[in-house]
Amino acid sequence: MSNTEISPQEIKDKKVYRDWGLTDYEYNLISTKLLHRLPNYTETGLYSGMWSEHCSYKNSKEVLKEFWTKGSRVLQGPGEGAGVLDIGDNQAVVFKAESHNHPSFVEPFEGAATGVGGIIRDIFSMGAKPIASLDSLRFGELTNSKNKYLLEKVVSGIAHYGNCIGVPTVGGEIAFDSSYDGNPLVNVMCVGLMNQDNLESGLAQGSGNSIIYVGAKTGRDGINGATFASSQFSDEEDSDRSAVQVGDPFMEKLLVDACLEIINQHSDALVGIQDMGACGIVSSSAEMASKANSGIHINLDLVPQREPNMTPYEIMLSESQERMLLCVKKGKEQEVIDVFKKYGLDAVNIGNVSDDGRYVLTQDNNTVCDIPTRTLVDDVPRYHHESKRPARLDKNNSANIAVENPSKTLTDLLSSPTIASKHSIYRQYDTRVQANTVVSPGSDSAVVRIRHTNKSLAMTTDCNARYIYLDPYIGGQIAISEAARNIVASGAVPIGITDCLNFGNPDNAESFYELDQSVQGISKACQLFDTPVISGNVSLYNETDNKAIYPTPMIGMVGLIEDNQHITTQEFKDSNDLIYIIGETYDDYSGSELQKLVSKKIEGKKIEGKIEHFDLDIENKNQNLIHQAIINNLVNSVHDVSEGGLGVSLSECCFKNNFGVDAKINITSSQLFSETQSRFVVSINPKNQKDFEKLMQDNATLIGKVTDNESFNLSLLDNQVNVKLSILKSAWEDSLECLMK
Amino acid sequence: MKFAVISFPGSNCDYDMYYAVKDILKEPVEMVSYNENSLDGFDAVLIPGGFSYGDYLRSGAIAKFARIMPSLIDFANAGKPVLGVCNGFQILTEIGLLPGALQNNRDMQFISEYEALTVENNKTIFTSEYETKQNIMIPIAHGEGNYYCSENELEDLKANKQIVFTYNNNPNGSVANIAGVTNKNGNVMGMMPHPERAVEKILGSEDGVQLFKSILKSFRGGTEVE
Repeated sequence: MSNTEISPQEIKDKKVYRDWGLTDYEYNLISTKLLHRLPNYTETGLYSGMWSEHCSYKNSKEVLKEFWTKGSRVLQGPGEGAGVLDIGDNQAVVFKAESHNHPSFVEPFEGAATGVGGIIRDIFSMGAKPIASLDSLRFGELTNSKNKYLLEKVVSGIAHYGNCIGVPTVGGEIAFDSSYDGNPLVNVMCVGLMNQDNLESGLAQGSGNSIIYVGAKTGRDGINGATFASSQFSDEEDSDRSAVQVGDPFMEKLLVDACLEIINQHSDALVGIQDMGACGIVSSSAEMASKANSGIHINLDLVPQREPNMTPYEIMLSESQERMLLCVKKGKEQEVIDVFKKYGLDAVNIGNVSDDGRYVLTQDNNTVCDIPTRTLVDDVPRYHHESKRPARLDKNNSANIAVENPSKTLTDLLSSPTIASKHSIYRQYDTRVQANTVVSPGSDSAVVRIRHTNKSLAMTTDCNARYIYLDPYIGGQIAISEAARNIVASGAVPIGITDCLNFGNPDNAESFYELDQSVQGISKACQLFDTPVISGNVSLYNETDNKAIYPTPMIGMVGLIEDNQHITTQEFKDSNDLIYIIGETYDDYSGSELQKLVSKKIEGKKIEGKIEHFDLDIENKNQNLIHQAIINNLVNSVHDVSEGGLGVSLSECCFKNNFGVDAKINITSSQLFSETQSRFVVSINPKNQKDFEKLMQDNATLIGKVTDNESFNLSLLDNQVNVKLSILKSAWEDSLECLMK
Repeated sequence: MKFAVISFPGSNCDYDMYYAVKDILKEPVEMVSYNENSLDGFDAVLIPGGFSYGDYLRSGAIAKFARIMPSLIDFANAGKPVLGVCNGFQILTEIGLLPGALQNNRDMQFISEYEALTVENNKTIFTSEYETKQNIMIPIAHGEGNYYCSENELEDLKANKQIVFTYNNNPNGSVANIAGVTNKNGNVMGMMPHPERAVEKILGSEDGVQLFKSILKSFRGGTEVE
């Protein structure tokens, strides 16, 4: 970017705004309807950032309003830094997920690290202490060395930031598919805990109140990153490196501690607080002001700068990390600045709130921007997109797959990277810092206890994108159901969700159909499970060279455990415990891991097939039965059945404590790997058999028992499985590490 | 018995340590800023884990220059108990209160795991509540926990029974499987595993509780701690 700014007339004539992501229509709207003059260089830059999809949701708002966001626990729904739910005892849980897909492709270590940093800031800006984070990752297959590199660097970036700042990484999920070649997904969710009295909002109001900038200095990193995140990649363009920011978790640790001290002890001085995320100073200040219909005046000479000669455009659109913006009552500035000083942080009064509704920036005594604040935030056009049902959805074939040797198929599935143990990854994350982690990665949900209470929070991230691809509406319901199944299996009641909607270009009518339909499916299931959508993020344009990813609406769900006695894990606990399956098994192979394994043609969107046998009411009924069994202390373990079907689920129950299984199941070899939804594997102490069966009625099938002979023996309708547990376990445990070599 | 937990910029296990003393040992405990210049009135000092000063330069290296350090050195030289865990251990080796140094893990990766440890010496003020050769489960979480000392230093450590904890399955490449050592005098101990994370059954292990009880027992002149 040259420092010699081009004139407003040149911007118009040469259509420079197009390079920044503004369309002709948008530029004309700004100049003719909103400003009645041509915007200058700085102003055009501000609009391009604030009107990007990343900041404005202009392409997705129409769809997002379909989300179910109500519920008795909701204290703060979508629209703030993060959503907030009442969990009783005057406490609240705060959570949100965010994507950092594009930066993580260009610079995977810093991209992932700053993704963690950004979402943590969203949580503490609400007044909550960040207590846990989770990651949902998607990569292309590990047969490709670029994907190995991306996985390795993304994981070390997450570990670097999370471990240092002291927020435990307690869970997450990773899946591999070639549709993510060239467009990996890095979605990070953070969960916080707060006293309800400390609830903050990002608000700048009260004429004369001060705008205080705190944290790292502003540099030329990540300039206009939101525009970058809202465009597609092309293989030829590799010059976007400056759009990726560099993170400093140490600085952010100081920021968390200092901001929480101000929120806890100086709340009378604080009007509002917001993190400087996408589009840096302009988005935080403009959003804070527009929420209160205020104006804001900032003197750019006062903004702490890391480099000399930064232009207003660069200062305002820099996405330097670890910065917060506060609105502080007039006269209380020093009180706040002193707290930051104690933590060794620079806090500077850079401007103030006005009642003229104008967004004014000055530099060297020149006014470089003077526009109505609302035009940056509220006047963004909303786009209605054409929606077209993809033809593939009308093919009514359902996949049928014959399995000859179920023992071999089971071993192969256990070693497929999406199913294989992720231990070699999560051992790099500090999962226990803060000393509250009860269930660490490796079970259905992570569980974090709430210190000084007898309660815990369960949390999970989930999404099977192949189901969404095959049927966006049902797939959306399944994504919520699977997340809820994980939460329920851990002993919790689901209370709410966040999401990252990772989709392709919305201008493509089929992509838009996928987005729209999956949101409707998600919303329908959320209503049934009473899990409102309280926050989230949209990442469109996930395409490289016009090839879109699988539609991947990642769901982050939180559940509440009212009594820590009810915390339940997936692994078998005792030999001779009885094993039951809850839920019916059908021939469901469309989009399954078995289909991928056998046909080899499931990759890269070549899959087809119908999603059958899914019924939300049955899902709900089965989840309720499991919950009842847990709170009546009838079960020793609960595990959901997902990728790889019953065969994989039963194996996973055995691994941790090295138990075997002796079971007779009335299903075929193929059905052992069917992915029919709404199922659980449960083990119970024989003394509870009568009570358990009475509760379950005909919804649970006794299949056999847990053994201590470390062998995995299943008698099926058409075949037998007799494998040593050690063989299954090493296939599952060693696979990912081998693939990474 | 009054405990101090020294909190540096970037410490992130300070409250875990604080709650282990306050809620489990049920003794008085205060957070003490790195910027204080006195440890008067305290009977034991705990240096928590984390990334003091972001671990920039080298873990523990910058903490050496904190304002509290002369008081800490005096406190240790007066023979009072000082326990450093993880980053606290790194800091104690940096200021020379403990021998050796902590390098990058053998595999150059951060490791977060529950590890089985062996109590090598229960005749210390930190371990009297354990049996010698007792196996305990305590979690580790570090990137630089690979203990190094010279052969001569190792001979000294052995001769003076300064090796307190060893790993059963050395996760990080430490010399002689060392997980924790004391100074010659036995009043300063550093360890990479986190006993403060293993003080409640719900967290997966209570094996760290005896460590805190041992410190209290020694302070009370050998009287058993409930």
